[in-house]
Amino acid sequence: MNELTQMRGKYVIAGIGHTDYGKLPGRSTISLNTQACKQALIDARIEKSSVDALFVKVPTSAKEFMYGQKLAEAMGMKPKLGGSWDQGGAANMALISNAMAAIETGQCEVALVCYADNPRSGSRQVYARPRGDDAVYGWFSTAAGYGLIHRRHMIEFGTQPEDFAQFAMASRRHGALNPKAQLKLPLSLEQYMNAPMQIEPLRRDDCCLVSDGGAALVVMSAKRAVELGVPNPVPILGLGQGQTSAELPVRETLTSTEAVVSARTAFSMSGLQAKDIDVIQIYDCFTVAGVMTLEDYGFCPKGQFGPWSKGGYLEIDGPLPMNTSGGLLSETGMPGLQLIIEGVRQMRGVANLQVQKARNCLISNQGGTMHTHATMILGRCND
Amino acid sequence: MTDFPSPDVTETSRPFWDALNEGFLVFQECDQQHRWLPARDFCPTCLSDQFKYVKAGGRAQLVSWVVYNSAMNDAFKDQVPYNVALVQLEEGPKMMTNILAPNGELKAGMDLQLEIVKQDQFKLAKFKPSSK
Repeated sequence: MNELTQMRGKYVIAGIGHTDYGKLPGRSTISLNTQACKQALIDARIEKSSVDALFVKVPTSAKEFMYGQKLAEAMGMKPKLGGSWDQGGAANMALISNAMAAIETGQCEVALVCYADNPRSGSRQVYARPRGDDAVYGWFSTAAGYGLIHRRHMIEFGTQPEDFAQFAMASRRHGALNPKAQLKLPLSLEQYMNAPMQIEPLRRDDCCLVSDGGAALVVMSAKRAVELGVPNPVPILGLGQGQTSAELPVRETLTSTEAVVSARTAFSMSGLQAKDIDVIQIYDCFTVAGVMTLEDYGFCPKGQFGPWSKGGYLEIDGPLPMNTSGGLLSETGMPGLQLIIEGVRQMRGVANLQVQKARNCLISNQGGTMHTHATMILGRCND
Repeated sequence: MTDFPSPDVTETSRPFWDALNEGFLVFQECDQQHRWLPARDFCPTCLSDQFKYVKAGGRAQLVSWVVYNSAMNDAFKDQVPYNVALVQLEEGPKMMTNILAPNGELKAGMDLQLEIVKQDQFKLAKFKPSSK
């Protein structure tokens, strides 16, 4: 047993909470975060006074100075440590990892990890932003960066629109069956192919939703969860991270992601391999991000997504159910916490589309234009 | 008409923009022969601050591209549908640019030739299909 594997199962997600997803006009991110944290505390059956750390992912559309401290004040908390962290959608797992490290080094005992944003009813300007000096060429928006990667994947591997459609159709089928999803419309291949292309080669349904909402988790040691009488703690079996360049021209390749790196640490900590995984929640801000993550995790041979996923491989009745609550394409465009929450529900056996006898759930988070990546593997509750 | 976006010309990037204004595309090369774009005060490979600006030969290849069917900035409204491309210079560094060709004629790996184009107050490095 090495130091990494000693972390397997030592920490748990003790509680989960979230607001409604979709359009929540008039709600501030402080209000959404507070509601999500309150729900997470209720779910963990612990008091606010048990929490001594507050880790916040910075609201993407409205960054604020000392945001973490403002949120703590709004919730009447005086945490020993905390603050807001700017790392895109992989920040959720980075914050869980920070919480584990802080507990391990005696800096705190119980941490709240949370995120809220309101780009749907507020400003979505951040997603159409100029990309540095390259804006002189008309280089704007988050989506365009993924479009460049999507095209390169087609060039290198011959990936077809129909292949990307398979990915979107799986997430959308599961979202359509989720009463709480923002978009409850299943997607047909014909609808995918005929949808408008704002930035080619991306089609409308390659792109995730834009959503208001908040979500939160409680992180503590498995030992502390027993002491506090937490009813449904879900163990973290593995967690890993990786990062690459901020802008795309600097990257050596566009068609490999840091999922390779983050998965190596997460699999090593958990003692598991890709073939051992029962259910997955894959960050699908854009279909190409999800496809490449599945390749880099070793689930799917590189460049073979189309033939590999054919016949519902990733659907609820297939061998590797993915995004069982709809993912970013269907449940909510929120950057990533909803995937962890669905992983927790699967491991508690209470998911809307429950995967029977699932022993573990692998979750990916990533941020920016695949700048940052994180992987987490959860184990079954009370096993 | 809306003004085109301007680059943020800093002490670090001024030599790059000055060179373009004189009609040359330049990249940086350090004393260990690492080459890079965009402009930086230290080599991103070895962190050396001993570097020179090197004039690019002007040949490049198309790596990938997107086509905007709607503009996210009003200055580009009249150019829709327009492309933005990632190209690799034959000397190694990569950069974002526009390809001066109909969008339907773009092909991965196609050979390109530098063409300096004025846009508002700045000259920009764009590329056209090479006639070789």
